[in-house]
Amino acid sequence: MLREAQPLTTGPPGGRGSRLRQVIGPCLLSGAVLAAVSAVALASGRYSVPLDHVVQILASRIVPFGPGLPAAEENVVLLVRLPRVLLALLVGGALAIGGAALQAVFRNPLVSPEVIGVSSGASFGGALALLLGLGPVALVGGSFGFGLLALGIVFLITSGRGGAHILMVVLGGIVTASFFSALVALVTYLADPFTTLPAIVFWLLGSVSTATWAKVLVALIPIAAGGIVLLALRWRINVLSLGDDDATALGLRPRPLRWAVLTAVALMVAGAVAVSGVISWVGLVIPHLARMWVGPDHRVLLPVSFLLGGAYLIAIDTIARTATAGEIPLGVLTALIGAPVFFVLLRRNRERIWDGA
Amino acid sequence: MLELRGAGFGYSPQNWVFKDLSFSVPPGTVTAVLGPNGSGKTTLVRCAAGMLAVQEGAVRRSETAGYVPQARGSTFAYPALDMVVMGRARHIGVFRSPGSRDRAAALRAMDRVGIAALAGRLFPTLSGGEQQLVLIARAIAGGSRLLVLDEPSTGLDLKNQVRVLQLLRELVRTGMSLLVSTHHPDHALFLADSVVLMGAAGVVTGPAGPLLADAQLSALYGVRVSTLNYDDEGTPRRTVVTPFGADEG
Repeated sequence: MLREAQPLTTGPPGGRGSRLRQVIGPCLLSGAVLAAVSAVALASGRYSVPLDHVVQILASRIVPFGPGLPAAEENVVLLVRLPRVLLALLVGGALAIGGAALQAVFRNPLVSPEVIGVSSGASFGGALALLLGLGPVALVGGSFGFGLLALGIVFLITSGRGGAHILMVVLGGIVTASFFSALVALVTYLADPFTTLPAIVFWLLGSVSTATWAKVLVALIPIAAGGIVLLALRWRINVLSLGDDDATALGLRPRPLRWAVLTAVALMVAGAVAVSGVISWVGLVIPHLARMWVGPDHRVLLPVSFLLGGAYLIAIDTIARTATAGEIPLGVLTALIGAPVFFVLLRRNRERIWDGA
Repeated sequence: MLELRGAGFGYSPQNWVFKDLSFSVPPGTVTAVLGPNGSGKTTLVRCAAGMLAVQEGAVRRSETAGYVPQARGSTFAYPALDMVVMGRARHIGVFRSPGSRDRAAALRAMDRVGIAALAGRLFPTLSGGEQQLVLIARAIAGGSRLLVLDEPSTGLDLKNQVRVLQLLRELVRTGMSLLVSTHHPDHALFLADSVVLMGAAGVVTGPAGPLLADAQLSALYGVRVSTLNYDDEGTPRRTVVTPFGADEG
């Protein structure tokens, strides 16, 4: 990983100008990418809306102006596509920023919400809530509770001597994920094949196709809450990523800090899983690419990961719904793209991955 | 100023690493901790720095100690300046980021250590000696005048060893207090005012001069160790040698 991460400047960064270059610049650039991808996503689909109309429809929500556009265009953009784009933004952003934070806490650039079992735990919690017919609050609550439980189990496995080794983290994640996968299988076995089973299966496949403004709100609350905590702790996460020993030597108490980060990540991932099921690979690939671009400083890495993760999932979702006459499940596409990327990363960093760094 | 009074620490109740240990490190002095592998040097140093809590007695520090761990790379490639700025962590609120004053303090510390030119280099790309100097700068940037260093010269080549030792002596001249663990009796001879010898038979503390002698060092390491006075172009100096092979004949 070390070879790829380049700092943005080589001179001693000091004043305000360097802060602009290091933090604000990359954020603005990835924000612009996100805006462009969103605009294209809102315009594309079975019912095509010209890009300038998209901009006009969005702007007229704030300042009414210009000639009225066809009501159909307005409805397609505002009621059908905008919630879907926002949901993809929230889910992709949450998974990416969560992955970046987990990689810092576990001091390993190859960790992600799925690899360490959080997604499996959350999917069991959500499936259980669907099985029992408990409604959206329980869906988020169940996803959160079991996501955090899975995280706690992995953390128990990896705490103590030699536990930070990548092998222990990955094995702990496999153990936890397969345990919760078995529970998910049990839930689907118990579910009524005519009513709850289809709902659970479609939810597990991973998709934002059923987006509504209500779902956007359901996802927004936990993701915003967790995201604010992570962004507020962004510099502390840098110190934490040096390891417990160094963090203690520098006057921090690493344990409560780590739990704050892990809880925030579990909250965000649970919010994402609750509305869209399990979407893999975003939390692994996006932070990794972002780190190659802006370096490991979490003051930049966290916001950039969120923006790029959102843009990535919006782009993938737009492909998923426009590439074929039907709709390819989102989780399938992210895995089809993410797995080869992960393969390349593994190949390129073979010698570093198993040395426990 | 650092002071241990009747301090004791053990990983299990029957097995004390050290017990009833008392010594102090007044301002402007160096205390060196010597002992073979596994004798508990790192444990003692961590207790002194406050990373571990002693189970008996007390450790008093006039201020928070700046702890310098052994350099062993880092997972993420932060620039050296960012590493040094992290030394300011205890002065920066939980939800805050370092400001221009913290960066200025970090740059001053790097300047003092003589590595200002490394500010923009990535930490993992630095040599072992440079990494050690960055970690020392990080502890200084925290503002502490009490430094606790765990084997700062281990793993360094001769030139870097000399660089680190001279830096430490320079810091002491400005009134800082240092507790340093080391594998090299020579380094203790060069730096230390007093020593802590952690041997199998127990811990001995006292002034460096009388304790860094043949009998004490030989007993400490379990091999023959001799101190040697020699003439360095007119300057009398003292060094420590192990006569390799002397026991064979």
